[in-house]
Amino acid sequence: MRVALFVTCVNDTLFPDTGRAVVRLLRRLGVEADFPRAQTCCGQMHANTGYRDEAVRLARRSVAALRGYDAVVVPSGSCAAMIREQYPGLAGSSGPFADAVAQVVPKTYELTEFLVDVLGVTDVGAYFPHRVTYHPTCHSLRGIHLGDRPLTLLRQVKGLELVPLPGAEECCGFGGTFALKNADVSAAMCADKVRAVLDTGAEVLCAADNSCLMHIGGMLGRQRSGVRVTHLAEILCSTETAGVR
Amino acid sequence: MSVTFLGMPAERPFPRNAARAVRDSQLRFNLRKATRTIRARRASVVAEAPDWAELREAGRAIKEHTLRNLDRYLVRLEEAVTAAGGHVHWAADGDEANRIVAGLVKATGETEVVKVKSMATQEIGLNEALHEQGITAYETDLAELIVQLGDDRPSHILVPAIHRNRAEIREIFAEHMAGWGRPAPGDLTDEPAALAEAARLHLRERFLKTKVAISGANFAIAETGTLVVLESEGNGRMCLTLPRTLISVVGIEKVLPAWRDLEVFLQLLPRSSTGERMNPYTSMWTGAAEGQEFHLVLLDNGRTGVLADEVGRQALRCIRCSACLNVCPVYERTGGHAYGSVYPGPIGAILTPQLRGMGSELDRSLPYASSLCGACYEVCPVAIDIPSVLVDLRARAPHPWPERAGMAAAGWVFERSGRLARLQRAGGRLRRLMPRRLPGPLGGWTDTRDLPEVPKESFRDWWDRTDGGRR
Amino acid sequence: MSSRDLILGRVRRALAGVPDVEITRAYRGPSDKPGDIRLFEERVRDYRAVVHLVDEPGVAERVARSLAERGARRVVVPAGFPAPWLAAADVEAVADDPPLSAAELDAVDGVITTCAVAIAETGTIVLDAGPGQGRRALTLVPDYHLCVVRAAEVVANVPDAVARLVPARPLTWISGPSATSDIELNRVEGVHGPRTLEVLIVT
Repeated sequence: MRVALFVTCVNDTLFPDTGRAVVRLLRRLGVEADFPRAQTCCGQMHANTGYRDEAVRLARRSVAALRGYDAVVVPSGSCAAMIREQYPGLAGSSGPFADAVAQVVPKTYELTEFLVDVLGVTDVGAYFPHRVTYHPTCHSLRGIHLGDRPLTLLRQVKGLELVPLPGAEECCGFGGTFALKNADVSAAMCADKVRAVLDTGAEVLCAADNSCLMHIGGMLGRQRSGVRVTHLAEILCSTETAGVR
Repeated sequence: MSVTFLGMPAERPFPRNAARAVRDSQLRFNLRKATRTIRARRASVVAEAPDWAELREAGRAIKEHTLRNLDRYLVRLEEAVTAAGGHVHWAADGDEANRIVAGLVKATGETEVVKVKSMATQEIGLNEALHEQGITAYETDLAELIVQLGDDRPSHILVPAIHRNRAEIREIFAEHMAGWGRPAPGDLTDEPAALAEAARLHLRERFLKTKVAISGANFAIAETGTLVVLESEGNGRMCLTLPRTLISVVGIEKVLPAWRDLEVFLQLLPRSSTGERMNPYTSMWTGAAEGQEFHLVLLDNGRTGVLADEVGRQALRCIRCSACLNVCPVYERTGGHAYGSVYPGPIGAILTPQLRGMGSELDRSLPYASSLCGACYEVCPVAIDIPSVLVDLRARAPHPWPERAGMAAAGWVFERSGRLARLQRAGGRLRRLMPRRLPGPLGGWTDTRDLPEVPKESFRDWWDRTDGGRR
Repeated sequence: MSSRDLILGRVRRALAGVPDVEITRAYRGPSDKPGDIRLFEERVRDYRAVVHLVDEPGVAERVARSLAERGARRVVVPAGFPAPWLAAADVEAVADDPPLSAAELDAVDGVITTCAVAIAETGTIVLDAGPGQGRRALTLVPDYHLCVVRAAEVVANVPDAVARLVPARPLTWISGPSATSDIELNRVEGVHGPRTLEVLIVT
């Protein structure tokens, strides 16, 4: 099986640890992922801010880089949702771009989908001795319907104490450029999410999306709360002998 | 070009209205409490319906089919209502509807009318238009009464006074009821039951003597000419039943093809709106019922423009349940006034700019009044994909130049992976120089949040240096 | 051009070349089975209405007790209401003939009716102005409504009710007493309609 890692521009640029964790985790499970070098950004920021032409150009680039693989693994619910939910609309009904999208879309998996549905693994042999809570993120939850896959994986992690997050399904207020255009509402939403996280008493907040974590983590950090944010992949990659870094 | 009026002036852009609203802690508290109450109620009665997904799909399809054959069904409705002794009027815009209604009221010789809560008449500013003609319109829905007495504006589709708590409502009643009719009892408390009783006493006399009523309708059945109004308090029944003349102002998208279609919508609407298995009262009448004089005013007011839009058209499926408002994290924190339209919340964010156009700063900002979290789509009983319509409207909104420049720059960088790699390396080298607070519009982030640390090495450089960790 | 032609013209232009959509009705349609009386009882009670189950011979006595407990002296009785059901009640039966004015209706102690259809799943009674029900105002203005529901009138679900009703008649669907959720979205019973709804189910 030829597997491509679509690492996403946010992870590539700001959170390389997450990308490394995915590569190592998959390797441990016997999958050698390829990193198609031509990939950059899925175009979600442009599409969702109203820059359709730019989004179409980036979508074209992305499917060109990703086609031909048997599976594309994306460690971001949001970017996976962009490819699966929005690319068909951007590509139209016919032509080479539409063909490429039709090829790539059914093979695109968010990381936990790939682990649970394709590899059929729920215990990835991880060890992470911490109290952890999980934020499902909107696009993971309502966009691509990850369901309880992430929780199933987390429950198998040795040493990990999973605590439920009250109001988990509520948006953290990130929303891409929403956080800038409607900064006050975004911050108010984030403050409520932060309060919910702190109420759990967790040491670590994890999610399948670093952009939401960057948003929540930014406020947790500003408040000197001591709660760390970590992408789910980094927890799943951790073992008794080796952390990620 | 004429601009469609939607019951409120379009003033400041949404983010500025919202910024003020989120600082109002009383408002935040009232909204949080109310939306969470109703959300839980809706969730429990929806979970109880084993065929909710199928009802929702049928609701979507029936509405979509109706819209795609709207001319046919409107003509059919007109025929059926006329055959049953009603009179049908057509209004291309709000002004025309207001003129028609004022003319009909004047023809009765009356100067007072009672009103059932109706979004369509709020949208066209009917009360104000009647006032100019010397006709007083009395709102009879409890929440509308609170808004009217408080000289306030509605902030929710179903519960226009959702922004008010019981103490505020008590104050409004105590202070203003006397100016409109029977005063509030002197010992009025803020118990909801006492407040409801005060409204009952205040309006009782008026219901029994007023000769003309104005309503909207939730549904109008083309096949039979039947109009349907769902309500809770009985004020609707009072208005629909007692007066000699009934005038119903109904948006053209409210038509349903067949009587049978009610079996779907009488399940979808109550469970989605008030979170009940069934609302206390539903009235259905066909033409001139029980000897009443009945007028139906069919209202366009921008709807045909929306109908022409391939993506935006689905907004006309809306049955005004307000489930999307109740679940929206943005609405919960800003309330309805920030949206500057009688249609607030997610549905308002897609309906208002389509009906009114994107000529004002406010209307241009509405498609961005969402984090695209998708909760609205999930609860919508007719499956309006609100996030997709928002994104489509964003693509058509004019963008400010600094943003255009930023997006163009980002697009240029992402156009070649080499450009991205060079930028990442530059960022890695300059990482210690990153300011804690960002300038200009980006400062909204750093006011309350730390920026993530820029790593020394990007993922792609790590991959190249280590051959994907194999070296 | 008339506004009618203008609007219909705009609609037709907007729809030029737009394909129709298929309607699938995979939801539960009419069950064509009798409604579950126990469920109906439970669901009516959920709305904080008063509910009694009685057998046919016990109706008159139950009606008399309900009216007595309410303290109702003058009660509107619509034409066609079964006379034997009122036989034991010590009340003045007020007829709507000639039609009572709104003020007169406001002055009575209550109204007693039958219904056209009742829905078990939602705890709803539907009046269609038929025999024993009268015109719509009769069950609206008085503050107390006593409704006698025969088991045969109870259907299972909303589609059953829609199938049974005649749209040309004025219909009133009643689910519990008048209520409002306009204050902090908490349900409060008793606004403009009858504040007390009492339902007798005849088994």
